[in-house]
Amino acid sequence: MSRISQVLNHAKSQGRKALVTYIVNGDPYPAATLPTMHKLVEQGVDIIELGVPFSDPMAEGPVIQQGHERALAHHVSLKSTLEVAREFRKTNNHTPLVLMGYANPVERFGYEAFAKAAAEAGIDGLLTVDLPPEEVAVLKEALDASGLDNIFLLAPTTTVERARKIASHASGFLYYVSLKGVTGAGHLDVTAVKAKLDEFGQLTDLPVCVGFGIKDPATAKAIAALADGVVVGSVLVEKMGSMADQSQEKIAQAVGDIVGGIRRALDDC
Amino acid sequence: MAQTGEETVSENKQSSTIDYSAFPNAEGHFGPYGGRFVSETLIYALDELNAIYSRLKDDPDFQAEFDKDLAHYVGRPSPLYFAERWTRELGGAQIYLKREDLNHTGAHKVNNTIGQALLAKFTGKGRVIAETGAGQHGVATATVAARLGLKCRVYMGADDVKRQSLNVYRMKLLGAEVFPVTSGSRTLKDAMNEAMRDWATNVDDTFYIIGTVAGPHPYPQLVRDFQAVIGREARAQCLAQAGKLPDALVACVGGGSNAIGLFHPFLTDESVSMYGVEAGGLGIETGKHAAPLNKGVPGVLHGNRTYLMEDENGQIIETHSVSAGLDYPGVGPEHSWLKDIGRVKYVPINDDEALAAFRKVTRTEGIMPALESSHALAYVEKLAPTMSKDQIIIANLSGRGDKDILTVAGIDGITV
Repeated sequence: MSRISQVLNHAKSQGRKALVTYIVNGDPYPAATLPTMHKLVEQGVDIIELGVPFSDPMAEGPVIQQGHERALAHHVSLKSTLEVAREFRKTNNHTPLVLMGYANPVERFGYEAFAKAAAEAGIDGLLTVDLPPEEVAVLKEALDASGLDNIFLLAPTTTVERARKIASHASGFLYYVSLKGVTGAGHLDVTAVKAKLDEFGQLTDLPVCVGFGIKDPATAKAIAALADGVVVGSVLVEKMGSMADQSQEKIAQAVGDIVGGIRRALDDC
Repeated sequence: MAQTGEETVSENKQSSTIDYSAFPNAEGHFGPYGGRFVSETLIYALDELNAIYSRLKDDPDFQAEFDKDLAHYVGRPSPLYFAERWTRELGGAQIYLKREDLNHTGAHKVNNTIGQALLAKFTGKGRVIAETGAGQHGVATATVAARLGLKCRVYMGADDVKRQSLNVYRMKLLGAEVFPVTSGSRTLKDAMNEAMRDWATNVDDTFYIIGTVAGPHPYPQLVRDFQAVIGREARAQCLAQAGKLPDALVACVGGGSNAIGLFHPFLTDESVSMYGVEAGGLGIETGKHAAPLNKGVPGVLHGNRTYLMEDENGQIIETHSVSAGLDYPGVGPEHSWLKDIGRVKYVPINDDEALAAFRKVTRTEGIMPALESSHALAYVEKLAPTMSKDQIIIANLSGRGDKDILTVAGIDGITV
């Protein structure tokens, strides 16, 4: 069983909601990432999604776009992101790491070469925003061969029939995008999320985590009641971006404080 | 020969080994290129568009409405003009210009926006969005939106807003909102990112009118089909006027919609050579260009797999061209495939060469071409003298140069 599945199953058996957090590797500067990752774990994060910066992040709102731009200004790449994972694994062997990004850097790296290098670096899964199941076959083969989970998005516009098909390709967990739009948008509607998740019903045994637009403990709590976990990203990236001129310790602490608040709200569920 | 034109076609079709009409396949692939590389939210909208287009593309009523608009609103057919003086001067092949510059709104772009606006009407969506580089597609979209009473927002790179101020104002006069995009390289690719984000957010009531033969399936197919009127007309006109098929076709390629529009109806005519002209910018060797088919590698951007300009980490790099409409790091997937199979040759033309052709054709023929089209004309300057006088070149004069006057004046150091 993959590290992602173990962690999510364990949380479920404890009646605990999973907290997944997204930060962009190298944002606002490369040295900030590693201490922030460790702080996230310390504050009760179950899975870390590490954003791989891309020049054209089509599905991101302005906050995460700027995170990508800040990281790219420091020449952060997919390769250097694997380095960060390797460093992280020196002291943490239990927190799953998921890379989240776009197809082109992975394609440039080479699917097979990437899958091997990522597994070696201690990465557990990959979420490529712009690789739907129809286009993923070759990459999936490489990920499967290296034991990496392939995580897919489900959207408010996804039909039940299609959701079943996506679920049949997925492993690790299913990521439900809580709104029509880009990351960090401001129009999350808890009732609509519930209606859609009810419509999907039980697609597979895979846990479902919900993200996009979850910015505060109260929303996180309300959404968590409907799913196995929540994903929080933009609110962290926004904080990190606003502290570009501050020390990595201060950045890690500030992000940790936000996440700690959300963790406490989830444990209250 | 004119009378036997039809027979020539069928002969060529038999001898051709590739059935070009079978591309893209159901998944939107042209060989390894094309496809649908978008976030999950947009899949439903693409499925919906694909279903509508599959139903309407062979529907005689839809085609009749499209043809009627092209005739009475756009002013088609556009002339195929024999550039006699320029031909004499170059001393080689006879040069014919397909006059897309004479279309309503001044470029080939309107052929496609008319078609997509008809599709939008069938979806019942009340809002259209578009991305634009030079502003020609933005103007063409704002135009059809005005005519149909649709709300319209056009995304345009902030740098392009500056260098194409005339078109920006035209769009505003037409009632469109022009949204300057300040992210990334502030040009066409960033405008397209922003349009995709808008579409994902407003997918229920918004129709995205993509301006070129790129993007996720079915856009490369439907934009090609709408633009193929250029080649169908040019083929019939050449047979009627010259009594035979042309020997060579030349068109500029940014995303590649005017080129595919001209080329596609000729693909099975094996005697017809085709040249797609990319923006060589300051020179291919300088790295400051927009010529992915000459210097790029296959990758994934804006919903399709195609040749791209990118660095060793797969990041898309900034492009350079004197013409905003060619300043794009990708290209339509069908062009990538036509390059690989060798059916079309793709060549670069530098800024300087394009500007020289702009001046030359303006002075020699009294036709002021767009800087985009001037790239194609600059290649004609090289190609025509290598061909014999009984041979024929058709160059696509895809747009008129009025919009570029301030750019050219600026290069001349003149404030207009």
